[in-house]
Amino acid sequence: MSIIVILAPFSLALALLGLAAFWWTLRNDQYEDPQGDASRILIEDPEDRPL
Amino acid sequence: MALTEGEARTWAGTPPDEGVGGPDLSAYLTETGPGGRRLDLLVSGAHCAACIARIEGELAGTPGVASARLNLSTGRLAVGLEPEGDPGQVVRALDRIGYPATPYDPDSARQAQDREGRELAMALAVAGFGAGNAMIFSVPVWAGLFGQELGPATRTFMQWASAGVGAPCAVFAGMVFFRSAWKALRAGRANMDVPISIGVILTLVVSFQETLLMGRDTYFDAAVTLLFLLLIGRWMDHALRRRARSAAADLLALQAPSAVLLAEDGTERMSPLRLVRPGDRLRVRPGERVPVDGVVETGESEIDNALLTGETTPQPVHPGVTCRAGALNLTGLLTLRAEAACEDSTLARIARLVESGAQSRSTYVQLADKAAAIYVPVVHTAAALTCVIAWMLGIPVREAVLRAATVLIVTCPCALGLAVPAVQVAAASRLFRRGVLVKSGAGLERLAEADHVAFDKTGVLTEGRPRLLNADPADIARAAPLARASSHPLARALAEAAGEGPAATGAIEIAGQGIEARATTGLMRLGRAAFVGAPLSGNQTELWFRDADGALFRFAFADALRPEAVGLAAALAGRGLSASILSGDVEAATLRVAGRMGIPDWRAGLTPQGKVEALDDLKAAGRRVLMVGDGLNDVAALSHAHVSMAPGTALDASQSAADLVYPADHPERIAEAIDTARAARRRAMENFAFAALYNLVAGPAAMLGFVNPFVAALAMSGSSLVVTLNALRLLNGGGR
Repeated sequence: MSIIVILAPFSLALALLGLAAFWWTLRNDQYEDPQGDASRILIEDPEDRPL
Repeated sequence: MALTEGEARTWAGTPPDEGVGGPDLSAYLTETGPGGRRLDLLVSGAHCAACIARIEGELAGTPGVASARLNLSTGRLAVGLEPEGDPGQVVRALDRIGYPATPYDPDSARQAQDREGRELAMALAVAGFGAGNAMIFSVPVWAGLFGQELGPATRTFMQWASAGVGAPCAVFAGMVFFRSAWKALRAGRANMDVPISIGVILTLVVSFQETLLMGRDTYFDAAVTLLFLLLIGRWMDHALRRRARSAAADLLALQAPSAVLLAEDGTERMSPLRLVRPGDRLRVRPGERVPVDGVVETGESEIDNALLTGETTPQPVHPGVTCRAGALNLTGLLTLRAEAACEDSTLARIARLVESGAQSRSTYVQLADKAAAIYVPVVHTAAALTCVIAWMLGIPVREAVLRAATVLIVTCPCALGLAVPAVQVAAASRLFRRGVLVKSGAGLERLAEADHVAFDKTGVLTEGRPRLLNADPADIARAAPLARASSHPLARALAEAAGEGPAATGAIEIAGQGIEARATTGLMRLGRAAFVGAPLSGNQTELWFRDADGALFRFAFADALRPEAVGLAAALAGRGLSASILSGDVEAATLRVAGRMGIPDWRAGLTPQGKVEALDDLKAAGRRVLMVGDGLNDVAALSHAHVSMAPGTALDASQSAADLVYPADHPERIAEAIDTARAARRRAMENFAFAALYNLVAGPAAMLGFVNPFVAALAMSGSSLVVTLNALRLLNGGGR
């Protein structure tokens, strides 16, 4: 049972990491323009040549 | 009222012969730091990645632009300008590549930031985190309830862990409810948030006490799950209101609540409407609306008062004539001297009528609040009784209080909290796909109750613009080249009837009179009777044409009935709704439309006040009236009616007074919206019935002490799920 002492905080830490990531995306205006963000990946960058 | 092309494109593009670079836009800039300024624009026509690349690429090459970022979801473009950057140049660059842009009032741009939505999203995320992770520790405890091996020490450890995760999350996520409950209590009222807050706080306190005393039952996970489910409902409700609000704000910006001020030296400057003062000189181009009441100083033109009075015949104006705010300038360039600031013009008088209407409507009690009014006292009495009776029966106080808390938790208002928002979001999404915008859930509820529809005529049942009546095709063909060269609405209607073809070359338009062109054999003229040299005739909307040989032709026009509107009265009657027409237009025009529609109950020549009185008469007769209107003369009526709808081309004032906005060329969707609203009410009632049934089982079970934390968690999530799934049935058009 003593494994719980390690696993429980570990699983909590992982979940907190997810929560912090969500908080960051929210603060970073990442939900302001879902359509635009989906489209921008299709824009061809003229300087985008293979290396 | 159909928007003319000139109107939709608002003011962009000054005629080149004026020799100025367009109006000054500096009133629309926001300071963003030393030397930096931002211009917020609403861009129309951007739909795809190529549009983003085109717009941002074009602006990157425009001198004075530091940055440009287009939000494709909202159509808003934020342009960062260097100190020497010219905002007018930005707009002209956009216009040149085919994306007409309108400046946003900085105030409304700031309002667009959705602070409340972020708070809710964060609270929702924390509650979700708390619900999931507190449950990790609750599951072993639940297992212990069913005879699995679990020592008291391990159980207490699990309970403390559950408390450590659940309690802070519940306090953070619960703040939304605590704040609102506190505000309500201080105002001496009780809303749905009061029992939620009491339930959550009591549950947390009792659970801590149980943990300290090494008790068996704690409800940390239940408290935070409860908040999680309730926040989903809150968030859906917010998302619905936000979408409607931003769509309405965009329309508002597109209709340019701005004026072009003319300085003494002849330079033009764009100004937000609220900064216009009496005595300012204003320039109104053809196709623009008169921004505030004013007297014509220079220029001849015709103005269209359809939105103000419902009258479709254009009125000629010349220096000295007063134009009222909202009138559409049709033909000539006008310079006005403002007579009133926008707060005390014709608009403001109507706005006061609107306010009184909004007050009378605020007495409407929403379904969810009606349910809460029954739910709250019943559940709280039950919880208090449980505590007292259990104690009198000799159960220890601690156990008695725990039972009372269980009653509050199990009869949780989750199902109630989700019952209505879930239904309204589903109904609004279904209508949104059909182009109908629901501005508030309450509007949807009131729409379901409507039993009478009052229509405005112009722009709602008719197209709000002239159509050529019957004429000889040969005559049309003769006048067509000249008509194609003109921007006058009547000439355009004639050109439309003629179809594609060549336009007259070298045509000269004379403002307020007509258009002329020199042919090989003589002068051709198209315009008003006096201009062409024809005898002045009746009161019908007409256009005269004189060909090169001097022969005269007369073309008559009328505001045509929308073909989709013809079956509307019958469709409404089939749904048990009666209909009437309340029009500000003359009797003959109204009678013609009423006859075609098959609506025997009509009134013509009504003032805005008259429309309100007509609605009051209907209300006194016990009818619940849906008012459909688009004009400024309808705004007061829209806000006085039980529920109101406006077409998407209506004035901004009408759209903000209306509960729902529908696509103007699809009036038949009014009936569809009523169907959906009724289906939504049925779904909501079913949800309430289910929630009541659930509480009738769960409540007594909790009072008798049969409920443990595991059962509570199952019951709570289960009931919320059922309610939500029932609401989702609306999405596929179910519920007919």
